[in-house]
Amino acid sequence: MTTHVLGDTRVLTSRSLRHILRSPDTIITTAVTPIALMLLFVYVFGGAINTGSDQSYINYMLPGILLITIASGIAYTAYRLFLDMQGGIFERFQSMPIARSSVLWAHVLTSLAANLVSVALVIGVALLMGFRTGASVTAWFAVAGVLILFTLALTWIAVIAGLSAKTVDGASAFSYPLIFLPFISSAFAPTDSMPGPVAWFAENQPVTSIVNTIRALFAQEPVGSDIWVALAWLVGLLAVGYAFAIAIYRRKIS
Amino acid sequence: MSTEVTRNRVSGPAIRVQGIEKSFKDLHVLRGVDFEVAAGSIFALLGSNGAGKTTMVKILSTLLKADAGTATVNGFDVAAKPGDVRESISLTGQFAAVDEVLTGRENLVLIAKLRHLTDPGAIADGLLAQFTLTDAGSRKVATYSGGMRRRLDIAMSLIGNPPVIFLDEPTTGLDPQARIEVWQTVKRLAGQGTTVLLTTQYLDEAEQLADRIAILHKGTIIQNGTLAELKQLLPPAKVEYVEKQPSLEDVFLALVGDTGETGTADDDPTNTADADRSAGPVPVRKEVR
Ligand SMILES: Nc1ncnc2c1ncn2[C@@H]1O[C@H](COP(=O)(O)OP(=O)(O)O)[C@@H](O)[C@H]1O
Ligand SMILES: [Mg+2]
Repeated sequence: MTTHVLGDTRVLTSRSLRHILRSPDTIITTAVTPIALMLLFVYVFGGAINTGSDQSYINYMLPGILLITIASGIAYTAYRLFLDMQGGIFERFQSMPIARSSVLWAHVLTSLAANLVSVALVIGVALLMGFRTGASVTAWFAVAGVLILFTLALTWIAVIAGLSAKTVDGASAFSYPLIFLPFISSAFAPTDSMPGPVAWFAENQPVTSIVNTIRALFAQEPVGSDIWVALAWLVGLLAVGYAFAIAIYRRKIS
Repeated sequence: MSTEVTRNRVSGPAIRVQGIEKSFKDLHVLRGVDFEVAAGSIFALLGSNGAGKTTMVKILSTLLKADAGTATVNGFDVAAKPGDVRESISLTGQFAAVDEVLTGRENLVLIAKLRHLTDPGAIADGLLAQFTLTDAGSRKVATYSGGMRRRLDIAMSLIGNPPVIFLDEPTTGLDPQARIEVWQTVKRLAGQGTTVLLTTQYLDEAEQLADRIAILHKGTIIQNGTLAELKQLLPPAKVEYVEKQPSLEDVFLALVGDTGETGTADDDPTNTADADRSAGPVPVRKEVR
């Protein structure tokens, strides 16, 4: 049975990708809020925020906007998984001689694909709004790598939500705090402009190191120790999310 | 594992259930269920809503683990050899397990691919024709009627010709026409040598289809036999007052001793063509949704 993991995952992934292609509004909805935030911050608040750097405000805030895009995109992952479990199709798959892990992996890979498309859309709009970078191909790959890790980590957390939710709303509600996390980070304003306890939280939560890393990569500046802190957070979250999701899945299907 | 495995019919009963128990917290749903289903026969598990029919089917299709007892399907123990059991079965659950976003044809192709069969497209086209869904095959399932959905659902279960098929309340919620179509399909399946275990709340459905009928009540099988055998169980005194042959409904009520809320007012306006045997489906107990 395990010999079918790759084939079954491929078949099931193309199924859920087809779901997205048939309702592309999920990708557009995912991109709309971050784009609106971008417009708001660049054309309304941006002039009033002192970033303490000489880059344009859109260059400064884009990394945070990309993380918000992903945090709202994974809500759909939980939603799709929840709908599968609600309808009988999940049980049909479980009663068939397929590799059982392929059901989850299909949702994870679909989540990755959908979020990367949303992120590309947001970057496209940012370019129209004046975002500029001289980042090398290597730096772009590094940015992509960080974003992919971030998506995977959050996707496994979304899998936990999708598997354990009791209602449709519950399946996506978990993403709201994740969407707001960038606001209390270095994403939109430097943390040293914040009052003591808030600044402490902002400096020690994962988003700040991830945002600083992506910002430095785009600006062709040295990433310093931020990249290691960011990677530690990402790999740690990914490992914990994956372990919990798999444990919950095992309990569900046995 | 190749699909050849599914063709290896194990001698002996296709399904053997011994002392199966299952509780959800302190709700003892199954309290020692025993029955056997002969290969190639249709077996009806009859019980009112909440009797534990779905629970039993889920245990047999490896979706749930029993607390006690053993069950084998096609010779394989459901707990020890779940992979082999899944190679041997197909489940049509109580609620249609179809993908609404995909077309009917895409649903069939999906299952054929997951069963690792060659030429999924041809298999899909053949089943669409067999279930008179060819015209609807390229439409999203979301646009299908309840009967079409159920037909597609059953068609999906036939892919790969598994030797044992579970149908959990296959006609609940269907209109009379769709109900008769499902019955014809089930009869055809059994004609091909497939073992069918179906659950139902409808007495006439069990009468129509099943070679043997087992009544699941309060967690155990309280009767198990052919229709003729079950009818003989009725107290003879009753026959004096009833001029027609006793229906299975009478048997059921006599056995269960529960006459309170049985539907005289039939809220399901189903009516079968086979009017000589019964006027329509009689829910054992009205379903509350
Ligand atoms: N996962 C579950 N958790 C708790 N109770 C359950 C669960 N599944 C079924 N039950 C309960 O077990 C009983 C039998 O359910 P079920 O097997 O679905 O009956 P049937 O299919 O005969 O209508 C019902 O009272 C139902 O509420
Ligand atoms: Mg049921």
